[in-house]
Amino acid sequence: MKQEMTRDVQREVIALDVNGERIELLLPVHKTLLEVLREDMQLTGTKHGCELGECGTCTVLVDGRPELSCLVLPIQVEGRAITTIEGMAAGSTLHPLQQAFAELGAAQCGYCTPGILLSAKSLLETNPKPSRDEIREALAGNLCRCTGYVKILEAVELAAGRIE
Amino acid sequence: MTESPHPGLRPDLPGGRGGEFSVIGKPFPRVDAAAKVTGRAVYADDMLLPRTLHCRILRSPHPHARIVSIDTSAARRMAGVKAVITGADLPIKFGILPVTQDERALEHEKVRYVGDPIAAVAATDEEIAAAACDAITVEYEVLEPVMSIEEGLAEPTDERIQDYGGPNNIHKLVALEFGDVDGGFARADYIREDVFFFQGNTHLPMEQHSAIATYVDNKVTLWSSTQVVHYVHRALAKVLEMPMNRIRVIGAAHGGGFGGKTDPFAHEIIVSKLAMMTGRPVKCTLTREEVFYAHRGRHPVLMWVRTGVTRDGRITAMHFKSALDGGAYGSYGVASTFYTGALQTVTYDIPAYRFEGCRVFTNKPPCGPKRGHGTPQPRFGLELHLEKIAHELGIDPVDLKQRNFVKPMTRTVNWLRVTSCGLDECTERVMTASGYKRREKRAGHGMGFAISSYLSGAGTAIYWNDMPHSEVQIKVDRGGVTAYCGAMEIGQGSDSVLASIVAEELGLQPADIRLVTADTDTTPIDLGSYSSRVTFMAGNAAIEAARKMRALLVEAAAAKMETDPEAIAVGGGRVGDFSFEQASILAEARFGTLTSAGSYTPPKIAGPYKGAGVGPSPAYSYSACVVDLDADARTGLVQVNKIWIAHDVGRAINPLLVAGQIEGSVYMGLGEALMEEQAFRKGLHKWPSMLEYKSPTFLDMPEVETFIVETVDPEGPYGAKEAGQGPLLPVPPAVSSAVYDALGVWIDEVPVTPEKIIEALRRKAKGEPARFGPLRFPAIPFPPAIKVEPPSKELDRAAPAAI
Repeated sequence: MKQEMTRDVQREVIALDVNGERIELLLPVHKTLLEVLREDMQLTGTKHGCELGECGTCTVLVDGRPELSCLVLPIQVEGRAITTIEGMAAGSTLHPLQQAFAELGAAQCGYCTPGILLSAKSLLETNPKPSRDEIREALAGNLCRCTGYVKILEAVELAAGRIE
Repeated sequence: MTESPHPGLRPDLPGGRGGEFSVIGKPFPRVDAAAKVTGRAVYADDMLLPRTLHCRILRSPHPHARIVSIDTSAARRMAGVKAVITGADLPIKFGILPVTQDERALEHEKVRYVGDPIAAVAATDEEIAAAACDAITVEYEVLEPVMSIEEGLAEPTDERIQDYGGPNNIHKLVALEFGDVDGGFARADYIREDVFFFQGNTHLPMEQHSAIATYVDNKVTLWSSTQVVHYVHRALAKVLEMPMNRIRVIGAAHGGGFGGKTDPFAHEIIVSKLAMMTGRPVKCTLTREEVFYAHRGRHPVLMWVRTGVTRDGRITAMHFKSALDGGAYGSYGVASTFYTGALQTVTYDIPAYRFEGCRVFTNKPPCGPKRGHGTPQPRFGLELHLEKIAHELGIDPVDLKQRNFVKPMTRTVNWLRVTSCGLDECTERVMTASGYKRREKRAGHGMGFAISSYLSGAGTAIYWNDMPHSEVQIKVDRGGVTAYCGAMEIGQGSDSVLASIVAEELGLQPADIRLVTADTDTTPIDLGSYSSRVTFMAGNAAIEAARKMRALLVEAAAAKMETDPEAIAVGGGRVGDFSFEQASILAEARFGTLTSAGSYTPPKIAGPYKGAGVGPSPAYSYSACVVDLDADARTGLVQVNKIWIAHDVGRAINPLLVAGQIEGSVYMGLGEALMEEQAFRKGLHKWPSMLEYKSPTFLDMPEVETFIVETVDPEGPYGAKEAGQGPLLPVPPAVSSAVYDALGVWIDEVPVTPEKIIEALRRKAKGEPARFGPLRFPAIPFPPAIKVEPPSKELDRAAPAAI
């Protein structure tokens, strides 16, 4: 005899605007935006490193500002514009940041890369010509274990120089 | 074509090839760059196959306990639970080294560290699997844990952690002596002893380990974030009692390893077993906390070193002792132990050398290989020790070290073959750029210098076999080129190296080469991404395979043009008068299906003694580093201003990727030097989270100026050596040396933290020795040293591999 697990799960229909596409989902309210993006929407470009808001890996943009999707509930961002790494390129044309990261080897294992690209995108949209210290400050919440951040810094500068 | 700088050495290998390259040496983007900047790359946890079940693992809350009983009945009754397994389902032991097959995927008799796996659940979702784990009842008989090297050396209160090794909780004892050590000390004008401690730290890959398995048509397929598909394949065959041809292991896109994904892991075996039982795909992704306990990282090592030198600073003899805190299982520990004594001689000419090493079991997560495997710890001790000797003798430390540098084309006292060696050039580059010798003395400011060396792949396989260490197959079909190799891309760029080499030889661009890698069904063997072996070994195999393919294309083109093959130029996407596609069709018409293969086996250069298998490498990389920092005497805070690093990579196949490896190594070395600590309190990790386990952020990372030094190694592919590990090694000693330069106190312990600096300054003010670090090395029952006659120092250029 199987024993039913006592799970009193509240579900809500939530409408999300992700990468310009509106989608309605029936979701357990405790499921994080990270889980919903990856598991319910197959947007697996958003990665996770800790699921505690410590590493920056799961960064997405909400109305253009970086948010840690592991700490956000979908209900908090209903109706707001969510951008994931899948929404960064224009069709098959890479965003200048993506192009610069590829050219300069700023992605090694690539696991932190989506979160860092989105943090950098937000930075350049508010501060198109940041100083090195401003780049460091803006990306200090995104950990990377491969690059020593050197090529990431160079790539953000290169992209900033190319974006008019 | 320019002459090889090493005439007579392995002319069959391409190292000496000079001249012009079209791809090699150019900063091409990585072949996987687009996939990684768009989020398209599929990592193991990104995979969700139809009907996938989710697995959670119940782990021990005790560091040391006997398991009295396990009751899984409540878990089995829960809706959504499809299978529950315990150690009785997976009783066969495994382990990465043949001599230490001491792990079980699930323990059912005894647990040896907090986090040891006990039971696993496959359920329809992860929450149910976790709840089911909570519903499993385990009765323990708690045993006294062993938590330090000293406790491991002492008689156990309750019982030993493992039932092998010994005495007490000693896992391994080694003692080797090369040359006349006593005589060497007798000849010395000055003898010094020092004690050092290197705290353990962990890899902290951004990606948590993840694996997903299927069982279809009586075959297991496992996708995993492993560094070594071949060793996982072997462990699965052993534990599941299945022939290797019914198991397929595929390396998924890899989110960072640094050595931490080099062992076969319990969760990989567990999901395979659960897939076999349920007939459904089963996935397990470790939580970040589980990753800290999975570990296999840097051993904490206590070290004692005694060196004799002449008045002018020439080393006459060295005696090095190390004690490693191994954690609860063997892992790579026997190799790690030997590595703490192996590479001292590869940088400094030591005419007589004694090494004694000891690894003890403790009730902590097992330690294993982390970037530099067993060599950053002795490098830290050795570099500071020589610097102290230089200060005592009134010799500039850089000069003293330089006087003792090994020379190219020599053999060390412990039988290690040194081919190319760029130590002098590396040192000169960082000296000139940093202005180290011209630095102004001002309070709180310091500069430190250190050097190092690392393997370009281990010269011997982990388990005894005669197979090549790497193989590459190439298929050309209607103009398309596909290269197959078991090598595992873990972010270091091994796929790009393969593509670059095949492209160079076939006159194409790296993006023209399709790759199939790290799949035990479809790719030939490569021993995987550890010991910095892939560029060297898979690179040489790729050259051989590509040159055979090139010969077929050239012969077909020459026949059509009615000319000699020597007259056919290959390059720019053309073969003679033909496009590459046309040439491939001509060759296919002439020879049938176009395939070629190449392989690489390192030369048999290990010395004639037991333990000689650890240390030999077909080539060694060399690095030199200068660190510039400010240290605050009031707070002990260290601000690193800049790091200069020069690395002898032999030849940079792709300078962009080489620089990335060097910078990443410097970063990781800096984290170890200043903040990273894998430390425990009563068996519990003190800080098993990414916030509390401090690693350098963007704001902590100083400017790094990188110099790539090319010595064109005679055996490396186009002369290349490794770049992914060696540049980490000089950073911790250079940081500590710079702190001494700034404040006049020695921090003989890693990490160099503000508390230690303040304590050392306090002792200095009181007139005590101005240092912080261990005071003594424990008494260890080392066996009498095996005495080994050293080889002749000069390498026989005609037959360098001969012993």
